[in-house]
Formats: sequence, structure tokens, C-alpha cells
Amino acid sequence: MSEFRFNEEVILMNLEAADYTEVLQQMGENLVKHHYVKDSFIPAIIEREQEFATGLPTAGVSVAIPHTDAVHVNQKTISIATLKNPVDFVIMGEVSETTPVQIVFMLAMDEPHSQLELLQDLMKIFQEGTFLDQLLQTDSVLELKKQVTEKLNLSDFKGGERL
Amino acid sequence: MKQVLVACGAGIATSTVVNNAIEELAKENGIKVDLKQIRIAEVSTYEDTADLLVTTAMTKKEYSFPVINARTFLTGIGVEDTKKQILEELLK
Repeated sequence: MSEFRFNEEVILMNLEAADYTEVLQQMGENLVKHHYVKDSFIPAIIEREQEFATGLPTAGVSVAIPHTDAVHVNQKTISIATLKNPVDFVIMGEVSETTPVQIVFMLAMDEPHSQLELLQDLMKIFQEGTFLDQLLQTDSVLELKKQVTEKLNLSDFKGGERL
Repeated sequence: MKQVLVACGAGIATSTVVNNAIEELAKENGIKVDLKQIRIAEVSTYEDTADLLVTTAMTKKEYSFPVINARTFLTGIGVEDTKKQILEELLK
């Protein structure tokens, strides 16, 4: 199993994209560039989003949690992008209803169960609308990293890595 | 014991969270359940044995058992209603 790593390089701020495919393409390319995922991750995550949408309306801004199979992942991470303009994602579990997403949490994960706590902490973030608003107001990558690291209890793990 | 399928598209992310939430819900209420965390594509394998499907993925297919949308476990909005629905099915 690979370690979990959360660094500045997986955070993209004010990403500009016309639609969700472009969001996934850009975030995926960034992860490929930094060797977190294989090239195959990009088409796989786009295809998965088309089949099983991940847009989530929350108490605050809407988010999306695109993800795909472990086979495309080298290094576990959660890549975060704040979007310059909201981009419509289909709502999870719906056929065509969309929600204007402002923050994307792209999950590069491996086995089921290995990440339960992390995922639960992430869902807790979604349930506190104010924290998402706060993230959107953040103007530096370092500050965003610090806030998420604290919130997801990643700081307990040396160098932001977690076995 | 009721067999409950917990499914999402990949069977790795959202179903993990929902599976755990139902496990706790059942425990709190002293109910034993047979939970199966699967991919939505695998549901038909359990067609004959399942009593309930709880899923975050879209399903157009009709099943012989009830289907409950589990998105509320991720967003927290309306989660108490979803828990009530699941409990009702488990106690049937």
C-alpha cells in the first residue's frame, strides 16, 4: 500500500475550466506530472464521473469528489481545486440534475477500508458549510494546505504522510 | 438477519463511509445485519438474497427489494430521515 501524501503541488487555486471534463483533465494532468497517478487515471476518472457523478450540494458551497479505481494510482492523495467560476457537476445518485461546484476534492485512493477515517473526516468538512466558505476565501496555497491538514488531522503524521 | 447491500460506483470511497454509518446505526439499535459493500454493477449477483440496497450511485434498474439513496450520509443534509428509512426496512 502506498503512503498518503498531501503537499502544495496537489492544490490548485482559482482553476479556470468551461466544464467538469476540463476540471478533471487539468487536475488529472497535474497529478500525472507529479507522479501521483498513471496516465490512465485521466480517462478513467472522466469516464467514471460520466457514469457515476460525484457532485454534492452541501450546507455551504457545492463540492465534487471525483475518484476512480486504485489500479491507476501510484501515491495516495486528495487533490483540491478551488474553481474561479462555479462548474456544473451532475449530483451523485441523480441522472441529470446538476449543482454548481466551487471546490473539487479529487481522491486518488487505493483499497477500500484503508481510508475510512480520512473519508469520514472529509465528509465532516462537507457537513460544516462554514469551513468550505472559509476555504474559498483563502488566497494562498500554503494557507489552504494548513487549514485542510488541521481539519483532516493530517498533521499527526510526520511530513504530511500517513502509512 | 437482513442482507443490506451498500453500493457505489467504484465500491471504494463513498460506500466505505456509508457502510460504516449503517454498521453503527444497526449496532446502536441492537439489530444484526449482513452488510455487503459492493460496486453497483455487482448488485444483480445478490438479487435473490438482498433485502435492501443503500446506494450513492444512480440506478435506473428496478429491483425486487427497496432502494434508499445514501447521499445524505455524505452531506449530512437530511441524514436523520435516511436513517429512519433504513431502520424501518431493517425492522420489517
